[in-house]
Amino acid sequence: MLTSLPPFALFFAGALVVALLRGWPRYALLLLIPVAGGLALLGVSEGTTVHVAILGYELTPYRVDRLSLLFGYLFHIAAFLAIVFSLHLRDTLQHVSGLLYAGSAIGAVFAGDLITLFVFWELLAVSSVFLIWARRTPRATNAGFRYLVIQVLSGLILLAGVLIHVSQTGSITFDYIGLDGPAASLIFLAFGIKAAFPLLHNWLTDAYPEATPTGTVFLCAFTTKVAVYALARGFPGTEILIYIGALMTCFPIFYAVIENDLRRVLGYSMINQIGFMVCGIGIGTALSINGAVSHAFNDVIFKGLLFMSMGAVLHVTGRIKGTDLGGLYKTMPLTTGFCIVGACSISAFPLFSGFVSKSMVMLAALDEGYHWVWLALLFASAGVFHHAGIKIPFFAFFARDSGLRAQEPPVNMLVAMALAAVLCVFIGSYPGVLYSLLPFPVEYEPYTSTHVIAQLQLLFFSALAFTWLKLTGLYPPELRSVNIDVEWVYRWLGPRIMRAARSLGSPVDDRMRTGVLKRIDTVIGALFRYHGPRGILARTWATGSMVLWVALLLWIYLLFYFAE
Amino acid sequence: MEKESQHIFDNPRNIKRLLRVFFALCAVLLLLDLVHHRHVIHAWEHLWGFYGIFGFVACVALVLIAKELRKVLMRPEDYYDAD
Repeated sequence: MLTSLPPFALFFAGALVVALLRGWPRYALLLLIPVAGGLALLGVSEGTTVHVAILGYELTPYRVDRLSLLFGYLFHIAAFLAIVFSLHLRDTLQHVSGLLYAGSAIGAVFAGDLITLFVFWELLAVSSVFLIWARRTPRATNAGFRYLVIQVLSGLILLAGVLIHVSQTGSITFDYIGLDGPAASLIFLAFGIKAAFPLLHNWLTDAYPEATPTGTVFLCAFTTKVAVYALARGFPGTEILIYIGALMTCFPIFYAVIENDLRRVLGYSMINQIGFMVCGIGIGTALSINGAVSHAFNDVIFKGLLFMSMGAVLHVTGRIKGTDLGGLYKTMPLTTGFCIVGACSISAFPLFSGFVSKSMVMLAALDEGYHWVWLALLFASAGVFHHAGIKIPFFAFFARDSGLRAQEPPVNMLVAMALAAVLCVFIGSYPGVLYSLLPFPVEYEPYTSTHVIAQLQLLFFSALAFTWLKLTGLYPPELRSVNIDVEWVYRWLGPRIMRAARSLGSPVDDRMRTGVLKRIDTVIGALFRYHGPRGILARTWATGSMVLWVALLLWIYLLFYFAE
Repeated sequence: MEKESQHIFDNPRNIKRLLRVFFALCAVLLLLDLVHHRHVIHAWEHLWGFYGIFGFVACVALVLIAKELRKVLMRPEDYYDAD
């Protein structure tokens, strides 16, 4: 029975029950939901579909194929890790919204039609914003509102695109769309907002660092990866994605180098990693699509691990800025170790997960003759090691002694990080398991001497550059600052334009107001004359005259009625 | 207050040791290019030490450009909160 039930249903129903439970039954149920859902999913075979007819449309809330199944497994693993990581919380809001959010992501990847996709697309936005608001600070509240507006906007654009698409093609099935015509462009734009395309990316680096330490672990797993899935399904082989992806791998790393908030550094690094996936989807060969989705799989786990380690630091020290941290390895050796495993994985060291997936995209770029794109990706690979692989662990755990003597985080956080770290090393060492789940048959062999040596040279000499810059004092110090990005337009320029418009318009506004007020005064005066204490309409009337008037009205009404 | 125990990087000699091992590994990796024959697609990959040199130059360029970008991008911490 569980196999024909769409997996999101378990999460949504579970969220309801979790809201009512307290204490250990709640924690048991929280853990049980992704485990039961994941086990049930293992028994589901490809080709399973469930149709529901609503309002004349045949919706497909559940469609299973290789692509959706892979993301389905991934989201169950991610939900489990994030739930373990947040188990110490005594916060119903976060537990419930975390489940609803994970359920929405799972619903979105199994959606067989565009209308169902739209519904889950918006549910993702609405359920996840509570993970930001749960920080319960004015900063987080404002960031949450900005996040919500942009996410809901993405949904509205998707809806517009879907409506035009359906009216043109008559089909609501969500399959290959291809970038032609206004409908496809709107859908592409909606996907692009959630995938953090350049210029549309700023919601991510604005909101993720403001969420709770545990909330960001949920956030980093789902929204952007649903968008990657949607692009892989709707727009594989769309050439512009190659260049968008290449740009995404390169520009955020400059921001990451000079950013002080370490979770924001990870936010920029996320855009960089999504760039590899977007690029792979754009190339559109079997190798590159395999590379893109396997990298999405690995990224959820290693980026989750990195966000967990920084969340742990934030949880125990209350700080997350590079300028405030340092030397934590002394009292938090386990967290340090887990963070380094995540750093090695994102940097694609041999035997760690990034190594077996990212190179597929790069090889595909070379194979298809995109040499400049390949160079950009190579630059970004060196850069990601620099800012995520070295900067994050170095400034949090080593660098200088900040004087902080924080202890290791709660045991559930350590367990979640340990599980994620084991997965990173396992996938990196035995890539065959992941490869067997990919949409296309895999002929790629990551462990050749050429690949291993080339990658080690790239990484070691990137580290050498860091060491050299640090020793010579050329490396820019961490500074208390913000770096302006696209958000400047709506957080700085926009409000000022509004204010200027208001001060320009205020004389006009004043005149209009006095004019209207004068008119209202006249009306009130007239009303007073007729309805006031001495007004003709305010007199006490005899019942008889009332009846007379009513009879007259009825008579006039009757007259009109018959005249019809 | 009891004296805090010494940690591994409190001793500058340990940092020196770590760096020496690291430099040696870099050298070994670069020298491997002399004996190891790469199976390559792009002509540049044939160049001796291509990946090492590329990684080093890329990262130095990345950091120095980012440092310059600070002049354009950097604002005080309360930039968006002010007024």
